[in-house]
Amino acid sequence: MESNLITEDKQKNKLEKAFEILKTMASKPSGLIGLTIVLFHVILALISPYIAPYDYKAISPNTMLLAPSAEHWFGTDSLGRDVFTRTILGGRTALTVTFFGSLIALLWGGLLGIFCGLVGGKIDDVVMRVVDAFLSIPWILAMLLIVSLLGTSTEVLIPALGFFYGKGIVRVARAATHDVIAKDFIVSARARGHSNMSIIWNEIIPNVRDAILVEGAMRWSWMLLGFSSLSFLGFGVSPPTPDWGLMISNARGLMSFAYWSVIAPIVGLSSLIIGINLTADAFAKALGIDRSTKAPV
Amino acid sequence: MLLLILKRIGLGLITLFIVSLITFVGVEVLPGDACTTYLEREAYGAALDACIKRLGLDVPAYERYLDWASNVIRGDFGYSLSGEMPINEVLGPRVKNSLVLASVSILIGIPLAIVLGIITALWRDKLPDIMISTITIFSMTIPEFISATLLILIVAIWLGWLPGIVIIPSDATFYELLSNIILPVVAISMIMTAHMARMVRSSVIQVMASDYVQMAILKGVPYWKMVFRHVLPNALLPAINVVALTIAWLLGGVVVTEVVFNYPGLGRLVIESISNRDLPVVQALAIILASIYVGINLIADLMTLMLNPRLKSLQIRK
Repeated sequence: MESNLITEDKQKNKLEKAFEILKTMASKPSGLIGLTIVLFHVILALISPYIAPYDYKAISPNTMLLAPSAEHWFGTDSLGRDVFTRTILGGRTALTVTFFGSLIALLWGGLLGIFCGLVGGKIDDVVMRVVDAFLSIPWILAMLLIVSLLGTSTEVLIPALGFFYGKGIVRVARAATHDVIAKDFIVSARARGHSNMSIIWNEIIPNVRDAILVEGAMRWSWMLLGFSSLSFLGFGVSPPTPDWGLMISNARGLMSFAYWSVIAPIVGLSSLIIGINLTADAFAKALGIDRSTKAPV
Repeated sequence: MLLLILKRIGLGLITLFIVSLITFVGVEVLPGDACTTYLEREAYGAALDACIKRLGLDVPAYERYLDWASNVIRGDFGYSLSGEMPINEVLGPRVKNSLVLASVSILIGIPLAIVLGIITALWRDKLPDIMISTITIFSMTIPEFISATLLILIVAIWLGWLPGIVIIPSDATFYELLSNIILPVVAISMIMTAHMARMVRSSVIQVMASDYVQMAILKGVPYWKMVFRHVLPNALLPAINVVALTIAWLLGGVVVTEVVFNYPGLGRLVIESISNRDLPVVQALAIILASIYVGINLIADLMTLMLNPRLKSLQIRK
């Protein structure tokens, strides 16, 4: 933890430090592979609307269930839509929803965790009990309940995912705050007469930021898993939006003879999830945080 | 020690109470009540009134909560909306089916995970570790519905070894179940095993680096005796909690797997009841699944307490 102390931080340019972390991450093969996959998906998500060869919702009875060919690289699905087009556009949906979802999760989970770690006592007890209770409701049931009552638009999905994946971050942020709060520099900041807000902003956040970011990166891949599971079950984004989970669930019934329309989204989704996982692991190692002994909750 | 156990049980009960409040308030606060969501477009006039009467929605919310909670404590979840039958009758066979699926998966998964975890830890960064670790990391990162779909595609469709989809009624007998659950069990235990094997691995590695193991090596204890007498008892103890968390976490994965294989268990009931907008059943399921989660964690906590020699000696000294 010594290297995370803020005194060093201030001397170094922030950009320079970020670049250094990236370099450490890429120095190991697993981290390099992870970064490459994520970068590939992000770039693809940005440019896919411009390079997509067909209209993703163009239904045509003449092109139903065609095998992969020069015109349709990944074949077509049961409604005659081009699978390649839908696959490269599918990453856009997944990345947008989970990116903003993770952002919300990081914000509320991190802030509430820091707050609980700081105030302690009764308030902390009550909040952590409620967080525990939320943790013990299976995420899938809670998400399904919300989505079935409020609808399946992205405006509902993003905050709902953000809320449910943030509750685990509360624990991590709280524990990290507990570690920091007894340190000498907090005591001396208090002695210098700094306000609570100033202590949170200048002393605590810089020191718990790493732990929270690592947790957030991990949550990102879980959220992607959760989101695509929801889509697969028919409770995610609504058709004809191109989405991997939805594509897999639609093509599943016909996969005995049109396996290509299942394989393409499977490859897309699996590679992105594996990429994010490898990146998160490399990120944790680059920051010197070991999360290998943690349970997946 | 007894006080500690009682405290854990008390905390578990408080958690369940909060869960029941959350689900009740959630259903209450979100737009639409059980009647309007269930009847959808027909929610007006006499039909709505009758439904409200039937469910007792005309009494204040806190009274309904108390009523519902006291019934739940007595083991009565009320009536389902769509089937018009007692929820207990709906749940009964589903609980049994899921229990069969889960226990077979756990019985296969835990021993396999321990063996794999130990192998990967003892041969750390050597060929066995690299091979097994690559497979476990893959199977724990890929979503359940993808590995299940791939299993069906490869084993059932391309190789034609096993039926891909379970076609049994929800009240099937135990033997009918067993012959049909091979693929679902493989799908669930694959992910579960992967998670637990990783935990066992890191736990064994930690213990191997500890002072007392170094001491045993220096003392000249034979390697395998050292592994079985000194390393494993100490490494598997902390793994118990993690295993419990993993099992509980997989409750969500079981839902998806049951849907993929069309298996008539609790998980598919979750999806069915939510698609049918059957809120009383959803509430019942939330409580049951949360109880399973709390129960598993409680058992794990107690097991760790019982098996921890430090806590035992604490008790004797007192």
